[in-house]
Amino acid sequence: MNIKELLFKPLFQDNPIALQILGICSALAVTSSLKVTLVMCLAVTVVTAFSNFFVSLVRNHAPSSIRIIVQMTIIASLVIVVDQILKAVAYDTSKQLSVFVGLIITNCIVMGRAEAFAMKNKPLPSLLDGLGNGLGYSIILIILAVIRELFGSGKLLGFEILPLATEGGWYVSNGMLLLPPSAFFIIGFIIWAIRTVKTEQVEETEFKIAPNTQAKEAH
Amino acid sequence: MEELLSLFIRSIFIDNMALAFFLGMCTFIAVSKKVEAAIGLGVAVIAVLTITTPINNLLYTYLLADGALAWAGLPDVDLGFLGLIVYIGVIAALVQILEMFLDKYVPALYNALGVFLPLITVNCAILGASLFMVERDYNLSESIVFGAGAGTGWALAIAALAGIREKLKYSDIPAGLQGLGITFITVGLMSLGFMSFGGIDL
Repeated sequence: MNIKELLFKPLFQDNPIALQILGICSALAVTSSLKVTLVMCLAVTVVTAFSNFFVSLVRNHAPSSIRIIVQMTIIASLVIVVDQILKAVAYDTSKQLSVFVGLIITNCIVMGRAEAFAMKNKPLPSLLDGLGNGLGYSIILIILAVIRELFGSGKLLGFEILPLATEGGWYVSNGMLLLPPSAFFIIGFIIWAIRTVKTEQVEETEFKIAPNTQAKEAH
Repeated sequence: MEELLSLFIRSIFIDNMALAFFLGMCTFIAVSKKVEAAIGLGVAVIAVLTITTPINNLLYTYLLADGALAWAGLPDVDLGFLGLIVYIGVIAALVQILEMFLDKYVPALYNALGVFLPLITVNCAILGASLFMVERDYNLSESIVFGAGAGTGWALAIAALAGIREKLKYSDIPAGLQGLGITFITVGLMSLGFMSFGGIDL
């Protein structure tokens, strides 16, 4: 596989969140503010890329019976590094992210890519695959965060874009967008949009609704 | 006692792991197609959470917290940064032990849970509960109650979602929303419902 495909395929065609259902947990919880989301995206992308790289490096040395533990240790160590760096550089943001930095360990994107790609491929393609999937995750998160922060509080990254009615402007904010459930709705609609464009992603139905066979009355 | 009871109720309904904190979402969406499977996974999550949260609490209090090693003559050592790797190690090991224990002594339950047990290691709800326990400074009894409550809440949510999805497959859904899309919107509506518990002050 060439570099371009490795990097860009996960963005839309094979998006980790919208298609592979990986890593949704944190996608929802951190997206009510764009700044926090950007930090989270950066952290996840770094961890995914490097865990893929290191898992791929040891793939021929680790016996398959303990590979999960090996992967876990690599991922957990990387997350600890990221966590410590965040605490040192951006303490406030890391407080806002609270447990979600730690939860990158169990973020299925990281584990999923390590297991599905890095175990079978050379280190460099694995690094790119990790990077690509991290970006695919980021793109959905950033879309979510922009919608939620812009329409929820009229601001982006703390700058006022839509002046709020409560502060003498014209925009009446939609408070629901700041609440957890809105994230589910927005992801649902994003999936709907992606699948309307890319119809091959539509899931098969278990039951087909039969067309209305009742004879129509003659007019 | 009263305080523990209110913590239990709070962790089931108000701070619901799945619907208020979005933890364990991946398995939550993936394994909620059938009610039976959902309940099986729910029970396994309750069991693992009730055991791992207190154990991680003990480890945190006596090994990892700032000054926790005073009993070993090392009052200046702060191993807090090792937290993440210790918790996930404990969870992975415990799930393994639980699996072997059930296989040997309770084969019926083992067969029922079989596939789901290994999945639990990577369920963020489990690690999340341990991290919340540390963040909120729970003591041992509180962490037992919190673990059990958080597990029950998660199990309740996944069972409810599975019930809805079983009915949902007979309905006429737009092609693009089929499957994953409509599930997200359903979970959103459930989450809205659970938010109504938010006003209750215990």
